[in-house]
Order: sequence, then C-alpha cells, then structure tokens
Amino acid sequence: MPILIRRYGIWAAAMVLCGVLPLIFKSSFSISLLSQMGIAIIFALSYNMLLGHGGMLSFGHAVYLGLGGFLAMHALNRIGGGTLPLPLELLPLVGGMAGVLAGAVFGWLSTDRAGTTFALISLGIGELIAASALMLPSFFGGEEGIAGNRMVKMTLTGFKFGKSIEVYYLIACWMLISVALMYLLTKTPLGRVANAVRDNPERAAFIGYNPRSVRTIQFTLAAFFAGLAGGLFAINYEIITAETVGANPSGSVLMMTYIGGVGHFFGPILGAVLVTFMQQSLAGITHAWLLYFGLLFVIMVLWAPNGLAGLIMIHEPVWKAGLLKRLLPAYLAILVPTLVMFTGVMILVEINYHLSLSINPDEPLTLFGIAFNAKSPIAWALAIVLIAVGFYFFRRMGRWVNQSWNEVTQLMKGDR
Amino acid sequence: MSAITLKIVDVHKSFGSSKIINGLNLEVLKGERHAVIGPNGAGKSTMFNLISGFYPVSSGYIELNGQLISNLAPHLINRQGLSRSFQVTNIFPKMTVFENIRCALLWPMGYRHSFWHMVGKMKKVNAKAEQILERIRLADRKDIPAGLLAYAEQRALEIGITIAGDAQVILLDEPTAGMSQSETAHAVELIRTVTEGKTLLVVEHDMSVVFGLADRISVLVYGQMVATDTPDKIRQNAQVQEAYLGKEID
Repeated sequence: MPILIRRYGIWAAAMVLCGVLPLIFKSSFSISLLSQMGIAIIFALSYNMLLGHGGMLSFGHAVYLGLGGFLAMHALNRIGGGTLPLPLELLPLVGGMAGVLAGAVFGWLSTDRAGTTFALISLGIGELIAASALMLPSFFGGEEGIAGNRMVKMTLTGFKFGKSIEVYYLIACWMLISVALMYLLTKTPLGRVANAVRDNPERAAFIGYNPRSVRTIQFTLAAFFAGLAGGLFAINYEIITAETVGANPSGSVLMMTYIGGVGHFFGPILGAVLVTFMQQSLAGITHAWLLYFGLLFVIMVLWAPNGLAGLIMIHEPVWKAGLLKRLLPAYLAILVPTLVMFTGVMILVEINYHLSLSINPDEPLTLFGIAFNAKSPIAWALAIVLIAVGFYFFRRMGRWVNQSWNEVTQLMKGDR
Repeated sequence: MSAITLKIVDVHKSFGSSKIINGLNLEVLKGERHAVIGPNGAGKSTMFNLISGFYPVSSGYIELNGQLISNLAPHLINRQGLSRSFQVTNIFPKMTVFENIRCALLWPMGYRHSFWHMVGKMKKVNAKAEQILERIRLADRKDIPAGLLAYAEQRALEIGITIAGDAQVILLDEPTAGMSQSETAHAVELIRTVTEGKTLLVVEHDMSVVFGLADRISVLVYGQMVATDTPDKIRQNAQVQEAYLGKEID
C-alpha cells in the first residue's frame, strides 16, 4: 500500500485537485483562468520536450499550437455541419494530428543541428507560418480568424459544453492524460536518447544514433502535444486567429518554461500556472504588467537559471535533513527589503506609465489606496529612498542568507 | 593467417591546403590488438576520425569486414560494429553514470527510437548495464551525474560507453592520457579484459602501454605508415628509431 501511494499518490492528488479547484473558485473568471492554465501546462511541457529534454531552443513552438487549433476549428465546423462524425471530446486529437504532420516536416528541416542553427530556423518557420496566415485566408480566416460553435450534438459524455465549467473538465482530463504521457515519455528509450543527444550529439552518433532522427522524432511528438493544446484552445475560445501561430505565444511559452525550470519535469507546470495567472490577473490591475513580467524573467535568468523548480529542488536535501527551519529566519528577513525595494520600483513604473499614458497626467494617481499627483516630487523622492534603503538592507540580509546556507551545508556534510 | 577486419587503402585527407594524411595504408587483423604510435601531429587522431566517419576522406577508401565504410555517417559505421572512444573525454555529462552506459546499450539491443517501452522494465538491458559498471569499477558511482566524476573515472566511463554495445572493432584514442601510473596500470588491465576476443586499434603515447598491450604496432609519421610489425621488431627498426622512438625513449 505505501508503495502504491508513493508511486501513484501524486497523480491521484492531481486528479482530486483538478476536480475540486473549480468548486472552490467558482467565478467565471476563475474557471476561465483554470482552463487557460490547463492548456498552458500542456503547451509548456511540450515545449520542454524540446528545450529541457532535447536541447532544442525553439522560437516558433506556437506554430504547432496554432496549426492544431486551426485544423481543429475547421473540424469543429464540419462536426457542427454534420459532415464529420467525431465526438467533441476527441477533437483535440485532430489538433494533435495537425501538430504531428507539421512537426514531422518542419522538424526534419530544422533539426540537422541544435544550438543557434536550430533556434534561427525555428524563428524563420514561425515568421513563415505567421506570414502565410494572412496570405491564405481560406484556411486561416484572414485578420478576423475563424470562429466555431462547440455546442455540437455529437458528444461522448452527455455534456453539452455550453457552460465553461464543462469545457474546464474536458481540458483538465486532456491535461492529466498529456502530462502523464509526457512524463512516461521521459522513461522510454527515446526520452533517454533525447537527453544523450542534448548532452553530446557527437557522442550519441558513436553509440549508433543519428542525432537528427532522434531530434526529429522528439520534435514531432512535442508538436503533437502542442497541437492537442491548440485543439483545446479552439474549443475553449471558439475562435482562433493568426496571432495564435505568431511570435507572441512562442515567446510566452519559452518564458513560462524557463521561469518554471527546464531541468525538472514539473518545472514548466509551475511556470505555466504562474505566468498564466500573471497574464490574466496583473493585466487587469496595471498597464505595466508586461514590464513586471519582463523584470521577473530577467531576474530568473540571471539569478535562478534553474527556474522555480530548481529553487525548490535545492531545498530538498535541506528539508530531508530537517534543517529548513534554520534557513527560514534569513529568508523572512530578506523578504522585507525585497518588498520595500519592489515597492519603490513599482511607484516609479506606475508614475511613468501614468504620465505617459493617461489622458490627463494631472489627474491623481492611486496606489495602495493613496491618491497623489504623479508629478509631485515627494512621490519620486519616496520611491528612490525606498529603492536605496531596500537595496542596502537587501545586501545585508543577503549576507545572512549566504551564511545560513553555509551553516546548513556544513551540518549536512557532518551528517554523512 | 587471420582475416582482415579493418582495411585502409591509400587514404588521403587534406584540410584546405594542408595535407594531414598522405596515402595511408593499414590492415588490422581480426582479433588482434593493434597500436598506432607516432610523433605529435602525425595524423593519429585524424586517422581515427576518418575511420569512424567523423570526417569524410579526400581520396582512397576504408573497409570494415569487406564493407565500404569511408564517407558513411558515424552512426551508420557504429551500427556495423565499430565503436570508438575519444582523446578528450566525451561522455553525457548531465546524465547519471548508469544512464550513460544504458544509452549505449539501447541501439545494439534493439530498442532504437522506441517510445513504447519503459527503460525501467528492460531487465536484460539494465542487468547488462550493471555488469559493465562492475567491470569498469563504477558500480558504486552509478547514480552520480557523469560530469561530476573524477578524471580517471570519466576515462573509465568513456571506455565503458565504447565497449557497452559489444562492437567487434574497438578504437581507443589515447585511453591513458593524463592518468597517474597506478591509474594507467589499472586502465591497461581494464582494456585487456574488455577487448578480449575483439579487434582493438589503439592510439597511445605511453610506450609501456603500447609495448605491453599490442600484438602489432604501426608507426605513423607525416600521414603515412612507415612500419607495421611485432613489438620486438618495431623496437629494432632503424627507420622507426630515427623517426620517432629515439626521441621519445632515451
């Protein structure tokens, strides 16, 4: 029994969590957010099949999300019109097949070399498809895209998919299936050899593998899951436009995956959840959300290149040794100046956005419930003081964090 | 007279205007341990890169068991039963030691690009990987990322990856380079046991290793073989002494 829990416990917990979440967060905003997170999780994990597992840095992964979405949308309209006998629940597979076809062709073209060559070709293919999206209006629907109606008669489950909660459960099911499949894939010969090709393609050739074939197969499978996410996207939004294949979602999936952490399987899940949350909630609070997002990305790349998952996993041995409480005081202490510093940065950013974007810059700006004039020198001075003071104490507390870490590592060495 | 396993016929190789290999001829017999020696820059590593498909030949040809292999891609040559190691350690640094060996077993044991088998359930592969780790004495290090191993351990892993797939022809490029005396002695012992019954072609600078290990020795100077013979006769060969040995062994 304990073995069963250890092996399948996390999957059971994930299923329960997916089932219960919309019962706790009932608003239509929350349901829509959860649905988007589900799609983003599949997309980010499929991206990590390239970057983390296969060593391929792609700037055009949205091509497969988008093509999957468009083909699924055409299929949806045929289902609605009665010319395609396919239950709605299986529609994402159409998206997946579109991903496989496009992935096999473009994968073979772009995977002769990894590194810069691959990255540039992926960028080129992304631009190519985005450009042809406007040139081929019959498939991509031109500027306004293609719309569809997901309330079709043919379903397996009896759900009508009129309510967004029903769509959420469909997305959650496909998300759990996809996550499980992508996880199992890392445990197959292909998954392991993809790691070998990532680490050392030259050596992989001398143990019998053509690096290009390995990359192409891995790429095609990743494109399948991206296309499947695209199919869910089509069902969720009932509209898909040329923007979906473009550079924006391609960049955003890269950032999700990187922020989450490429080195651990669950990293991109964290990244997808966090970034989707930021995209949806911060965007409603401030115009400057992209700037904060960019700031987060730069900070992660500079100081936490292993992402959130990496930050969590370096604490695993500390936690197992029961020493986490020795780090906590220093962590809490550094949190305070960090927040102070961030508040200063935020005041400056919001003042500048207010001055350059609002219709009347003389109107008072409200931050933390305090209204003030954005041109007031006091606000500027306060922001700068906050940053300076925060920075000073951040450095001091940083030393404490380092010291605590050293103590903990010493203690752990002593244990052995 | 044994059969010829590896045959190099009048091979030339130039990089731009510089000719590195100038009409190279070599016959390696089935089951022998054959060493190649020669001064720095003689073209020993280039020769290995030509045999293993890393470089195409400029002219001439190479045969493995009667099959033409020159200008084939490395993975195709490897699938015909030729495996090589590298002078500079060339492993999979982020993967565990065990995974390094297991990956080298996948193609030869028929799993190829499978994404429908679970590596954890492939009993024969895993047992064989364990057995190889025992032989290269890395069994107790198997769960460590290979990049964190000590230098001599990485060299042992390099040999482990090379021999894992049971290739019948093994090319080792300076397997003891940078090792201490005791590490070298251990490495020679390891090479001797793991190449038992196989054909070995080895490039080596350490003369005690060469003369202790090889059945026959070839001397490569300026991209050509100046002599191929048994160790005793190579030692007495005036041409060889002039070209090479006299300077190295005082």
